[in-house]
Amino acid sequence: MITPRNTPAITRRGLIGAGAGLLVAGCDRVDDLPEVRDGLAELGGVHQRVQRLLGRNALAREYGAGAMSPMFRTNGNTEAGDPAWRQHLAEGFSRWALQVGGLVHRPLALPLSALQAMPQRTQITRHDCVEGWSAIGKWQGPRLGPILATAGLMPAARYAVFHCADDFGGDPYYESIDLIDAFHPQTILAWKMNDAPLQAQHGAPVRLRVERQLGYKQAKYVMRIELRENLAGLYGGKGGYWEDAAGYQWYAGI
Amino acid sequence: MSAPSTWIKRHRLSTRLWHWANAAVLALMLMSGLMIFNAHPRLYWGEYGANFDSPWLEIGAIGDRGALSLGGRVIDTTGVLGVSSGADGAPAAVAFPGWATIPSTYNLADARLWHLGMAPVLVGLLLWYLAWSVWNGHLRRDLLLHDGEWKPGHVTRDLLDHLRLRFGSGERYNVLQKLAYLAVLVGLLPLVVVTGLAMAPGMDAAWPWLTELFGGRQSARSVHFLCASGLVLFFVVHIVMVVLAGPLREVRAMVTGWWRVRT
Repeated sequence: MITPRNTPAITRRGLIGAGAGLLVAGCDRVDDLPEVRDGLAELGGVHQRVQRLLGRNALAREYGAGAMSPMFRTNGNTEAGDPAWRQHLAEGFSRWALQVGGLVHRPLALPLSALQAMPQRTQITRHDCVEGWSAIGKWQGPRLGPILATAGLMPAARYAVFHCADDFGGDPYYESIDLIDAFHPQTILAWKMNDAPLQAQHGAPVRLRVERQLGYKQAKYVMRIELRENLAGLYGGKGGYWEDAAGYQWYAGI
Repeated sequence: MSAPSTWIKRHRLSTRLWHWANAAVLALMLMSGLMIFNAHPRLYWGEYGANFDSPWLEIGAIGDRGALSLGGRVIDTTGVLGVSSGADGAPAAVAFPGWATIPSTYNLADARLWHLGMAPVLVGLLLWYLAWSVWNGHLRRDLLLHDGEWKPGHVTRDLLDHLRLRFGSGERYNVLQKLAYLAVLVGLLPLVVVTGLAMAPGMDAAWPWLTELFGGRQSARSVHFLCASGLVLFFVVHIVMVVLAGPLREVRAMVTGWWRVRT
C-alpha cells in the first residue's frame, strides 16, 4: 500500500496541541463532578465563618463626597419586565407599596411616601461587582431593621427574601440575606441615589443595600420582602437568582 | 562510566510536601484567577474603577485583533491575549485564552468556586510551612543570607556564575537562589494572600486598614494581579534553571530528597 507523502503525519506540534486539549477537557470534566463542587464550596465556606468571626457587626467603609465615582455604571437588568412595575413607573410609584410578609406578626404594605417619611440613613459606599469593578455612590433610605421590627418577626424567621420585579428569561430575580445582615445598621432600602430619586436602571423604586457583600446581593426593583425559616423550596433553593442560575455563592462577602 | 558520586540529603520531607502541594494549589488558583480577571479585564488604581474610568492595564479586542493596552501603549497580542482560538477553533474574544483558564470557557461562578475554595488551602499550607521552617531552622539555616553572602563581591560572583551557566553543586543554596525563594515565600505569596483578602467587601468592613494599606480596593486588585505575574515569572525562571542544572537530578531531589553530587 502506498501512503501519499503529503498525508499529515503525527507531528510534535499536533501532539502537544492534542495533549493540551485533553488536559483542558480533563480539567473541565473535573470541574463538573458534584463531589468536587461540593468540596470546593465547603472549603469556600471558610470565608463566611472568618468574616463573621472578625467583624460580625463591622461597618462597611463610608467615603466623603469627593471620593464618589464620576459615573456609576449599571449591570444586570436596567428595567423590569413586570407589567405592574411598568404601570407604577409611569405613575411615579405613587400607588406602589412595598409588601412585608411571611413569618411576621403584622404584614405591612408600605407606600413609597411611608418609606420616605421614616428616619433616613445616608451613606457613601463602594459597590463591588463580582466581576471585579467598583463604583462609589451615595445611597439614602430607611434602615431595614426597624421595618422588620415593626412587622414583628416570628421566632422561626431566619432569612429575609427580596422578591423583585425584574427577571432573566422569565425567571424572577430574588435575593436573600440572614438576620445578621438584615438588622445591620447600613442595610437600607434605598429610594435615593446620588441625591436624586433612584433611576429605573438602578432599581427604582427601591433597591436593597447590603454593604458588606457583592453587587448581585443588592437587589433592584424590590416589590416584596418575605421572612422565611429556610431557603429550600424557593425557586432553585439556593437563596438568589444568580445562586440558582450560575452557582454564585450565597454569602457574597468575598 | 559515570563520574564517582555521592548522595546527600537535599530536601527535608516538609519542603518536598509543601513544594508539590503548593505548586498544584497555585496552578489552580492562577488559572481560576485568570478566568476571574477575564470577567473584567481592566485594572485601576484607587478605590473605584469601572467602565467609565481609565484603567492602567486593559486586555481586549480592537476589531478582530487582540490588544494589550498598558499605560497608553497598545500592543497587538492576537492569538494569545484579547483574541485567541476558542474551543471550536474559531477566534474568540477573551482576555486570557481558554488553555490558561479554569474552566476553559467563560464561567465566572465556577472560577470563583475554585479560587475561593483553594484560597484557604493555599493559606493553610503557607502558614504551616512558614511556622515549621522557623521551628526546624530551615528558614534561618538554608534560606536567610549568612554573613559573607551580603557582600557585593559575593553576589556579583554568583551572578556571573549563573550567566556562565555554571551552577554550584554545593550542598547549600547559592545567594540568588536564596533571594528568589525568599521573595516567593515571605514576599509574593503573603502579598498575594493579603491583597486577595483586601478585595473582599466583608474583610474591608472587618479590617478596613488592610484595604487602605494598598490604597483602595482597585489598587489591591492591581497589586494582586502583579503578584500573580511575579509568581508566573518565578515559575518560568525556576523551570529554566531546573532544566539547565539537570532536570532529572533536580526533580529526583525534590521527590525523594536525595541529591547526587559528583565527587
